[in-house]
Amino acid sequence: MKKFKEKLSGRIFFALALSSISALALITVFIIYKGAQTFIDVGFFKFIFGMSWSPGRDEFGIFPMIIGTVTVTLGAAAIGVPIGICCSIFLAEFAPSALQNIFRPAIQLLAGIPSVVYGFWGLLFVVPLIRNYLGGPGLSILAGAIILAIMILPTIITISEVSLISLPRHYKDGSLALGLTQWQTICSVQLPAAKSGIVAAVILGLGRAMGETMAVIMVLGNAVALPDSILAPVRTFTTNIGIEMGYASGEHQQALFATGIVLFVIIMMLNSLAQYITRRKAK
Amino acid sequence: MKNYAALAKLCYSFKLQILCFAKIYKGWIIKILNVKISIKNLNFYYNDKQAIHDLNLDIPANEVTSVIGPSDSGITTLLRSLNRLCDLNREARAEGDILLDGKSIFGKEVNVTELRRRVGMVFDVPAPLPISIFDNIAYGPRLNGKKNRKELAGIVEQSLSMAALWDEVKDRLNKPAMSLSGGQQQRLCVARVLALMPEVILLDRPCSGLDPISTAKIEESLIKLKERFTIVIAPHNVQQAGRISDRVAFMLMGDLIEEGTNASVFSSPKDRRTNDYITGRFG
Amino acid sequence: MKLSPKTAQKIAKTLIWSAALFVLVVLVAIILYILIKGLPMINWGFLTAIPRDMGRSGGISSTIVGTAMVTAVAIVIAVPLGIGTAFYLAEYTKEGMITRIIRFSADSLAGIPSIVYGLFGYIFFVIYLKMGWSVLSGGLTLSFMILPTMIRTSEEAIITVPNAYREASFSLGGTKWQTIIKTVFPSALRGIANGIILSIGRCIAETAAVALTAGAVLRMPTSLLSPTRTMAYHFYLLATEGISMENAYGTAALLIILIFFINVVVNAGVNKFMSKGK
Repeated sequence: MKKFKEKLSGRIFFALALSSISALALITVFIIYKGAQTFIDVGFFKFIFGMSWSPGRDEFGIFPMIIGTVTVTLGAAAIGVPIGICCSIFLAEFAPSALQNIFRPAIQLLAGIPSVVYGFWGLLFVVPLIRNYLGGPGLSILAGAIILAIMILPTIITISEVSLISLPRHYKDGSLALGLTQWQTICSVQLPAAKSGIVAAVILGLGRAMGETMAVIMVLGNAVALPDSILAPVRTFTTNIGIEMGYASGEHQQALFATGIVLFVIIMMLNSLAQYITRRKAK
Repeated sequence: MKNYAALAKLCYSFKLQILCFAKIYKGWIIKILNVKISIKNLNFYYNDKQAIHDLNLDIPANEVTSVIGPSDSGITTLLRSLNRLCDLNREARAEGDILLDGKSIFGKEVNVTELRRRVGMVFDVPAPLPISIFDNIAYGPRLNGKKNRKELAGIVEQSLSMAALWDEVKDRLNKPAMSLSGGQQQRLCVARVLALMPEVILLDRPCSGLDPISTAKIEESLIKLKERFTIVIAPHNVQQAGRISDRVAFMLMGDLIEEGTNASVFSSPKDRRTNDYITGRFG
Repeated sequence: MKLSPKTAQKIAKTLIWSAALFVLVVLVAIILYILIKGLPMINWGFLTAIPRDMGRSGGISSTIVGTAMVTAVAIVIAVPLGIGTAFYLAEYTKEGMITRIIRFSADSLAGIPSIVYGLFGYIFFVIYLKMGWSVLSGGLTLSFMILPTMIRTSEEAIITVPNAYREASFSLGGTKWQTIIKTVFPSALRGIANGIILSIGRCIAETAAVALTAGAVLRMPTSLLSPTRTMAYHFYLLATEGISMENAYGTAALLIILIFFINVVVNAGVNKFMSKGK
């Protein structure tokens, strides 16, 4: 009886552990099952590089959205990564412990705030700021990049901080003992040693920025056109799905799922890359 | 008269013969009747690293057997293989055999949890579970299916008394075990093992972190306990082995160097390394 | 011109401090902005009245109930799965092919954007399993989404349980199952509870995934199969469709307060957990 219970419990835990695998498999299968038809109907090349997206005329080209996604994501990284790394250095090296105890929960809170709230704040605060001081409609790549930069900060800060503080203490002590300043130590010893963790943090941050939907819908303007400056409105994969899923049907809906496939594939590649980097370091 | 003399002579020679026989085979007889654990050609590996080399040792019942030696000699491994706690380490692998009451403990049909109940263990660091004193002692019996509160209370009192702890804790049995001092915690761990009514008690450097008074108390109770249990202890120093043990085994780098009674090993060691160790030249 | 190390140190220090302060200021700005405009809106009537006229007037009670129901479904499904997976990874198996695949899946799930979860939930639960837009579809979709969080926090909590507890239990003749249930699980409970609370926070804050799976109906949900609208989505619709800025602010303020509360609880728990470990 006892042995039976023992065996049974092992089996049950194993079955439960398969849940994440089956979840991932289900998601992959169903997204592809629904969206793959578009690649066949429209043609892979035409879908990816098509310049025109107008569901009414059965034209499904997502190239402007690829450009939109890439520019907004890179913009977010350009703003968010330096600030994020600075904050992680601050937490790991500079912050007095009282400030650490405020800063860490604050970062968690930043991660917990609903994305719609960020979008709302961007719409009411950042967008008018850009419109009034830089010109253009305000709803723009820049606005999206700023909001996303704030939203990816928690990811970047937490992961890079962990990789910084888990460095062996003697790295730092050795360097300081050689008469290097704290900053020289950080630049020449700590940051290079924590490189893989920081790179993984940045990649995961990019993934988050690329996958964010509700916040960017509110501030990007969502025009399907190639942007001519960072003050121009754009549309990304996610906003495309978010805006049109509500009323799409038939081929149009399929095309949205196909957009989802493109997003899914890119995110999975980024994830795998980040995991590969952290695992390699673990060995 | 003559007959009487002849009879007496006969009797005398017979007696001599018996005495002689007994003298020659005494050790052998005692062993046959009294060996509790018999270790035969034990080899122990962690992955490729060999921790114990071809070890043969008989442990008599109702005696205190000390296994002494420098750290890293395979003593902990030896103790942990006696109740197969080594199984928990996934890299561990044992060859050879260990007989408990003449039966192999490595056999397929052996119930490992039953074995661990018969061969209890006390660890080097006091490891009370984060529950109350009462629950700590009752943990084992409860796993065994004893539910009756009155019966449990009896077991708890008896075990705590045997471990010389009852008087100190009888008024606060429901307090968390972590609130006890280090020495009390370790006696609690002894009591916890006693509550299972094991046949053998293994103690792995049970006094290494304790003050002399607690150590004395534990040693005192061990000497009393050997009337009912077989005790195998890895003492934390040579002096302790001298104070409490009936038999002493000396291990070095995974080899059993010498084994014998307390007096023989300490007063006339056969091996130079044993001598060096017990006189404090190394280790 | 080359900076002297000392000047470089000074400049860098200033930059790093200002970056950190900047982040704090932004956080405070966002929270204050929402709270100042939204707090006056929150009163008993707002919380308990059914939304009327698309949410233009009335309260937000049905969206609160909807959010609670969706979250409850997600938690009920994801918690056992997550804890079970964590125990399997931490206690039942050695690192190998299978654990690598499980970890890869969990980490990948953590990175998948919520809109993709929404698409999946729509096609799988709403259409394929014919659940329609409903509390159940939304909750199941969210349970997939919070699964990696549950796995990671539970596994961390289990790993932090001192090995001595396990050894003690085994040496007293406990089986693996008894050891896990009576010793490891109670000791890891606080960490696991934190994971659950964090997951609840994620469910409450989520918009894109539930928008595509739970529907947008403002009626009070009566069963698991009735469609509903969660607070976050309600807030989004109020704000972007220009229905009622006042009510939007009120809903946002409530969301912020909830998230804030959850973070406080988790941090208090973590601190207690840490001090207990010492």
